[in-house]
Amino acid sequence: MILPSLLRSVSFRLTLIYMLFFGGSAAILLGFLYLAAADTLSNQVDATIEADIKGLAEQYELLGTAGVASIISERTRRDQGGRTVYLLADPIRRPLVGNLSNWPSVDPDKRGWIEFELQDRGSPDGQTYLARARPFVLQGGLNLLVGREVRELVQTREMVINTVIWGVPITLVLALFGGFMISRSTTRRLETINATSRQIAEGALDERIPTRGTDDEFDRLAIQLNKMLDRNQSLMEGLRHITDNIAHDLRTPLTRLRGSLEGLNQNGLPAEDRLIGVEGAIEEADTLLSIFNALLRITQIEAGNRRENFANVDLAEVLTDVADLYEPVAQEKGLKLVLCCDATPPIEGDRDLLFQAVANLADNAIKYSPPNGTIELQSADSTITVSDNGPGIPNEMREVVFRRFFRAEAARNTPGSGLGLSLVKAVAQLHGGSIRLKNNRPGLRAILKFR
Amino acid sequence: MRVLVIEDDADVASYIVKALDEAGHNATHAETGKQGLFLAATEDYDVLVVDRMLPAPDGLAIIRTLRASENRTPAIILSALSEIDDRVKGLKAGGDDYLTKPFAASELLARIEAVTRRLATAGISPATRLAVADLEMDFLARTVTRAGTEIKLQPREFRLLEYLMRNAGNVITRTMMLEHVWDYHFDPQTNVIDVHISRLRQKIDKGFDTSLIQTVRGAGYTLRVTSQ
Repeated sequence: MILPSLLRSVSFRLTLIYMLFFGGSAAILLGFLYLAAADTLSNQVDATIEADIKGLAEQYELLGTAGVASIISERTRRDQGGRTVYLLADPIRRPLVGNLSNWPSVDPDKRGWIEFELQDRGSPDGQTYLARARPFVLQGGLNLLVGREVRELVQTREMVINTVIWGVPITLVLALFGGFMISRSTTRRLETINATSRQIAEGALDERIPTRGTDDEFDRLAIQLNKMLDRNQSLMEGLRHITDNIAHDLRTPLTRLRGSLEGLNQNGLPAEDRLIGVEGAIEEADTLLSIFNALLRITQIEAGNRRENFANVDLAEVLTDVADLYEPVAQEKGLKLVLCCDATPPIEGDRDLLFQAVANLADNAIKYSPPNGTIELQSADSTITVSDNGPGIPNEMREVVFRRFFRAEAARNTPGSGLGLSLVKAVAQLHGGSIRLKNNRPGLRAILKFR
Repeated sequence: MRVLVIEDDADVASYIVKALDEAGHNATHAETGKQGLFLAATEDYDVLVVDRMLPAPDGLAIIRTLRASENRTPAIILSALSEIDDRVKGLKAGGDDYLTKPFAASELLARIEAVTRRLATAGISPATRLAVADLEMDFLARTVTRAGTEIKLQPREFRLLEYLMRNAGNVITRTMMLEHVWDYHFDPQTNVIDVHISRLRQKIDKGFDTSLIQTVRGAGYTLRVTSQ
């Protein structure tokens, strides 16, 4: 089915539209040219004839019939080419003097003009041509007919018509060609996008639409599509990463859980050992549950549908409560917990989530601080800062640490799920804020900023 | 205690009913909201355990209907949605406590104890003194003595002990402590609460023959005199 597919193609339609517009405008232009040319020419002829009549009428008033007759015969005698028509006739149109043998038997048009065939007086083969004349009644009742042969006018008219007749098809052919060229360059670029999309859909996820660097609409479309593809790819990789990590991170506690349950399955196990085994299994299951809960919570926070529960929250109060909760743990590890709590303007937020976010930062600081370290909790100006003297986080890892389940090599041996900072980031974003990690020289300085 | 469990998920329901029976409660299971509402309105229960998401009427509607007809049976709402505004909605509808699935049976049992006790003490003029064995607390003077010796407590330690004493004999989970003593709803990931308890133990139990603060493994803590 070649025709329907041809009709469906944008290229064909563009060509057709281009052709119609181009051809149409050319036809209008030529038509206008024809009308203007023809009009100007016939107006000139008419004006000359009218001036002639006026002159003769004046002569008649001055010199009478004899004077006009002599002027006419003088003029016809001089006009060898036979281009002019003069005829003076009596009131019943019998010719008196002039170069016409009889009054033409044609009725004048609305404006008083007549057109009639005239014998070529110069050529013997009796060729005729068109003449245009205007009858005029002189004061004495005599009829005067003044005209011009309009062979040139007719020829010009015909030439213009020919130009139009030939010009339109030529224009259409040119338009077809031009339209084809233009639409082909357009559809070629669309076809490139199409082909790339097909490749991506077939699995070549790294493919991108080539750009020309011209910053035209197609380039901008390509850049936009490429950006979208980049984002999709990074989301997909993120998802794959999360799935891999979930599988990996849950396998360990699940294996341990299975191990303890298997151990319990033995016969003749002393009741006391059985109890310890059950407690161990419960602990493993609890760890798994808390990982799942933390994951779910992050997903829900990221979905951002908790805002309806927002209320005014005093960040300084949240920080004080976190310090209160974590102070004993810090002390037990031999750490100094310093609270520098400036009053902060209240922010719109979820108090529990903000508490959990700050608690996670404090928890990390305590976990990674060396003995005798100092942990500082500061609040000032809608900003909460948690600093420690631990190993810190190298520059190049300050983005990846926010990924779910990401755990630095150094942290492999400390307990934790790798979800703490993901939650902090999710909470910060939910509140329109940000979390930044900086070097505390030595240590880490986590800055939670809410506008 | 007579407990009505309104839960459409058969597995979850049998898990809850089994745990309740093992703890010595008398549990009834209603599979649908309609059946649950009928039972709750016509029978006499000590506590209701209601799933949030049920085919109509849902958990919140059941509680709202009961409260509208002056039925004050304590209700614990179970929810798979761990959203805080859901908790708020649940409590606004007239629920007494809110628990997110998945949960440990011990957590549910502890909360059942807590809501029924809350009801039992409500209306009674608040006592100015509380005593568990030889441990005494004076709320007005903000003093604590054990066997007549005064024990100095930090304000937060005082509130923690107060909460334990008011619920003496019941298991209190770590999450419950965070909710009531610190007034924040979240899952403590690490042992923060345990350190607070061990500090409190240092002051309350150290140097005495019997320890009052007991660890309930896999669940939390309780304040009681051991029968050892």
